[in-house]
Parts: sequence; C-alpha cells; structure tokens
Amino acid sequence: MKLLVCVSKTPDTTTKISFTDGNTTFNTQGVQYIMNPYDEWYALVRALELKEQAGGTVTLINVGPKANDTVIRKGLAIGADNAVRVDIEPASAFATAKQIAEHAKAENYDAVFLGKETIDYNGAEVGAMIAEMLDVPFISFATNMTVEGNTATISRDIEGGSEVLEVATPFVVSAAKGLAEQRIPNMRGIMTAKRKPLKVVPPVDVPDLVSVKGYELPAEKSECKYIDPENMDELVNLLHSEAKVI
Amino acid sequence: MAILVYASSAEGKLKKGALEAVTYGYKTAQILGTEAYAVVLGDVEDAGQLGKYGATKVYQVADASLNDFDGQVVAAVVADAAKALNADVIVTSNDSAGKTVVGRLAARLNAGCLSGVNSLPTTDGGFFVKKNVFSGKAVAEFELKSATKVLSVMGNTFPPEEVASSVSVESLSVEVPASRIKVKAVETVKGTVPLPEAELVVSAGRGMKGPENWGIIDELAGLLEATTACSRPVADIGWRPHHEHVGQTGVAIRPNLYIAIGISGAIQHLAGVNQSKTIVVINKDPEAPFFKAADYGIVGDLFDVVPRLNAALKKFKG
Ligand SMILES: Cc1cc2nc3c(=O)[nH]c(=O)nc-3n(C[C@H](O)[C@H](O)[C@H](O)COP(=O)(O)OP(=O)(O)OC[C@H]3O[C@@H](n4cnc5c(N)ncnc54)[C@H](O)[C@@H]3O)c2cc1C
Ligand SMILES: Nc1ncnc2c1ncn2[C@@H]1O[C@H](COP(=O)(O)O)[C@@H](O)[C@H]1O
Repeated sequence: MKLLVCVSKTPDTTTKISFTDGNTTFNTQGVQYIMNPYDEWYALVRALELKEQAGGTVTLINVGPKANDTVIRKGLAIGADNAVRVDIEPASAFATAKQIAEHAKAENYDAVFLGKETIDYNGAEVGAMIAEMLDVPFISFATNMTVEGNTATISRDIEGGSEVLEVATPFVVSAAKGLAEQRIPNMRGIMTAKRKPLKVVPPVDVPDLVSVKGYELPAEKSECKYIDPENMDELVNLLHSEAKVI
Repeated sequence: MAILVYASSAEGKLKKGALEAVTYGYKTAQILGTEAYAVVLGDVEDAGQLGKYGATKVYQVADASLNDFDGQVVAAVVADAAKALNADVIVTSNDSAGKTVVGRLAARLNAGCLSGVNSLPTTDGGFFVKKNVFSGKAVAEFELKSATKVLSVMGNTFPPEEVASSVSVESLSVEVPASRIKVKAVETVKGTVPLPEAELVVSAGRGMKGPENWGIIDELAGLLEATTACSRPVADIGWRPHHEHVGQTGVAIRPNLYIAIGISGAIQHLAGVNQSKTIVVINKDPEAPFFKAADYGIVGDLFDVVPRLNAALKKFKG
C-alpha cells in the first residue's frame, strides 16, 4: 500500500506556556517540542504495520519550517521510508490541509493517516478538510483497523461506545488510542533516518480564513478547601449548597 | 443571513450536544440580529423540541440512509441546506459527529472554522470566538474572516435553555449522495450517560490497588448517578475499560463535578479534566499535585474515605 502519514509538532504538555507582544504571540523560547503523540504512536505505527504486512511505502508529510526537520527525522527513525516538508508555517488548519491535499492529489495514496487531533489546539479539523479536498471518505477517531485487499475494516470511537465501518481505498483516517502501540526508535533506525530522502517543497497559495488574535491566561484557581476525612457529611453539604453540583 | 445548527443525533435521538448547539445558535442569532434554524438528518424523534431552545424553524432531511453517520454525506447535505436557507454561520456540537463534519463543511464552503468554541462570538470589527488551547493553560481568541463561518461548540459549556416552545418540523429536500462507508455495527454502553456528556463523573486511579476494589467506586457513582472514569495506567493494565480513560490521550471532559480518587494528578491527566467546574480530590498523599487543581481536597486513605462518603450520601438522599 502507498501510505501518507501527516505529522505535526506540538509543545510537550509539561512545557510552561507563555506569550509575548501583549499576549498576541506564543513565546517559543525554551519550549520543549515533541511529535504530536497521536501522529507518532498510533497513525505512524499503524501505517508501518500495514506496510510490513502487505508491502508498499510510508511517506511522512509535515507543513512547517526547517526547524520541524527534527520531528520528521524521528518519524523516519521509527520506520517511514521518506518524507516531504512543505516549507511554510501554516496559518490555520485550512492552510495545512490545502498544502497536504495538494501533495496527495498528485500521488494517489491508498490511505492518508493523521492523528485524531493535535494536543495544543485540539482542532481535529485537518483530516476532514483533506478528505473533502480529495473527495474521499474520512474515518475519524480510529481505534482498530484491518485491511484486506483494498477494503479496510475500522472501529471508531463514538460517545459512550464504538462503531465498526467498512471502507474501500482511497480514504483518510485519523488515529486515536488503541490503533497501535508506540514504537521507540532504535540506534539503527536513527542512523538510517539520516540518509532517507526528505524533500522540501514550496507551498501553494491559500486564502487567509482564520487567524489567532490573541491569548488570555485562565483565571487562577481558588485555593483548595480541605475537608476532614472523618467528616464526609461536610463534603456532601458543600457540594450541595456551595458548589451546587448535587 | 441566518444561522443553521446541524443538530446531531444517534439511534434516532438528539444528542445532548445538539440541544447545546441550538442554545448557542440562538444566542449567536441574537448577537447578529438574525434567526437560528436547526436541521436534523434521518429519523429523529421529537426534533420539534429544538424550537424550545430557540430554533425558529426545524428542518428534517428524512432520507433513511442518513441514519448511519458518514461525515462526507452529512457535510454535503448540511452545506446544501445552508445554501438553500441562506445561512452563513453553521453551528454544531463538538462531539464525534460534529468534529468529523466541521472540517469538511469548512473545506466545502471555503469557510473559516473553529472547533470547540467556548465563547459566544463578538462582532466589534470582525467575527471573533475563543477556545481553550494548550491543555487549558490558555484561551485563544480567533478571528474568522470568511463570509461563511463554521463553529462547533464545546460540550457542557452552554447548557440548554428553554426560551420558546416546540415548533413543527418541516421537511427539507436536498440531494443525499450515496455513502461510501458501510456501517457494520454500533455498540454503545447502555444505561449510563456517555463520559463526554456526563455532568457528574467519579474517577479512580492506581491508588485503588486492583480492579477487585472498584465496588466502592461503583457504589459512589450509583449514588450520584454519575459516570465512571479512570486514569490511563488503570486502563492500560486492564483494570478498567479503555473508554473510561480520561486525559490528554483519552477522553477530554468538563463535567460539573469531577471526583478524583487515588489519582496523583499528572499534567497529562489534568489536561483532560481541568475544565471541570468543581473538582474533588481524595488522596492519601498531601503533596499529590492534584490538590493544586482541586476545589475540595480530602487527605486520607480512600479505602476509609470513600465508604464514609457513600454513607454520607445515603444519609443526604434520605
Ligand atoms: C505523553 C503522555 C500522555 C499521557 N496521557 C495520560 C492521560 O491521558 N491520562 C492519564 O490519566 N495519564 C496519562 N499519562 C500518564 C500520567 O503521566 C500519569 O502517569 C498517570 O496519570 C498516573 O496515574 P495515577 O494517578 O492513577 O497513578 P499514580 O501516579 O501511581 O498515582 C496514584 C495516586 O494514588 C494515591 N494513593 C495510593 N494509595 C492510596 C490510598 N489508599 N488512598 C488514597 N490515595 C492513594 C497516591 O498517593 C498517588 O497520588 C500520560 C503520560 C504521558 C507521558
Ligand atoms: N503542520 C502540519 N503538518 C502535517 N500534518 C499536520 C499539521 N498539523 C496537523 N497535522 C495533522 O493533522 C492532525 C490533526 O490536527 P488538527 O486538526 O490541527 O487537530 C494531526 O494529528 C496531524 O496528523
């Protein structure tokens, strides 16, 4: 199978977040970046497993500046064959999707894999957009997937349960927990990754539909009220009359 | 100009998020000086009730093929409905259906979109909406510059409010393209509110020592009519089912009450629960990081505290 995996870069959850220019710009100074976990652990690994099972290639794509090459190289070290980077800092999910769709249109991939969402903006927008631009089905939040010939059977998360679908290639799929098990790159992977092809391509023009105006820090949480572990009547009382949640 | 709310449904019933989306659509219509319409797809019971939450018209595309969800078909139908009704703001819930449709609608209509909004729009010099970003460590304000806009509304943020009465449902004829997805099976846990929709959640972690000890958690959840959740390691080792796992890599929730029992409060756990309105933490370690995010804290052994809490609740309920 000829597979494309979209990988993104995101601040690690444990990183401290701050803003500059009167809270209009995210301060990248000292931020620890990682590959978005859904992309790395689930989307990429499941694509690699399918290649191992049925042959083919796994290509990575990232829309972003040169600094993103570290994340791309990690994906190559985990096992992808080659990579494409569209050389622009994307302004929005739409911009990202447009660049990826533009590449995918010319390549006829059997399937495009994404993470279910990035952990910084939780958009869950890019996959659906790519699917619409390519006019193919999109299966979101996939937790299990088997492929037989050109037919995939996929389980996806829905509220309070799951559903099982059947879809023929080509399609776009977004990965949730369960789709695969995280793989740690080994020494050989890291060495060979350096020699794998990473093609840098220029962006196409996209309309400017959405932009970030600014950021606010959430209101400080008030102090925790400690309750005597012997006195659960008081907790029940507070939940009822103060918090008004029961 | 009008607002169209895609009111999502499952198994013939409106989802809770659909009522919230209509409430949001109604309030947005007031801000923009227009009306909010709702559209439901397939067979849906009592769709006219959406009128109560502010939809001045409720349309139904009753094609039975819409009973199975396919975002590609839904986006095509909702986009055509929006065009037919001259709607330029499309609103839906940020649930599994909404999240799958928003991006497609935006791409189809060349519209700016934002998923998971938690504020009503402001319109001074543009169209601005906000959402939580960086695991709740900040709120970002976005400008949507396109003529058509697509929004999905964060769950449990705009509680349904009755402002009018039910309306009659009008059928809307738009072409329904054939789906390229075949739904083979749908399985949902019956009898409990799904975690993303739950208002009360009782959650437990590795402090429970083993799956055999969950009786006190189930009892507490039963007394509160709450939904149960768990930390990731507990799901990973198989003490609890995966769909209960909350946090950065699991389900993100924002219930009115979140009770965390024997959970340390690691940042990745907090990322999925720190938007909860009231947080109660029960932990024997006074240094557990969760207490920093808690409204009410109980430092003690959960095997003593939880049974005592259950007894207190029984007394409270009489
Ligand atoms: C990239 C990444 C993503 C992750 N995503 C998630 C996620 O989505 N969700 C998630 O939950 N975790 C996630 N984690 C894991 C997270 O970092 C923590 O390891 C995890 O949340 C810890 O689970 P826990 O609190 O149940 O266990 P522990 O950290 O072991 O804490 C157990 C707690 O129970 C208390 N305790 C023990 N015995 C008792 C007793 N008798 N009475 C009262 N209290 C007691 C202890 O004091 C302790 O605080 C992620 C980690 C990474 C690296
Ligand atoms: N800049 C990017 N380059 C490549 N893929 C991306 C980029 N941004 C997002 N994606 C992919 O789209 C998925 C969903 O992102 P989002 O819609 O932004 O939440 C991610 O998990 C990635 O797989």
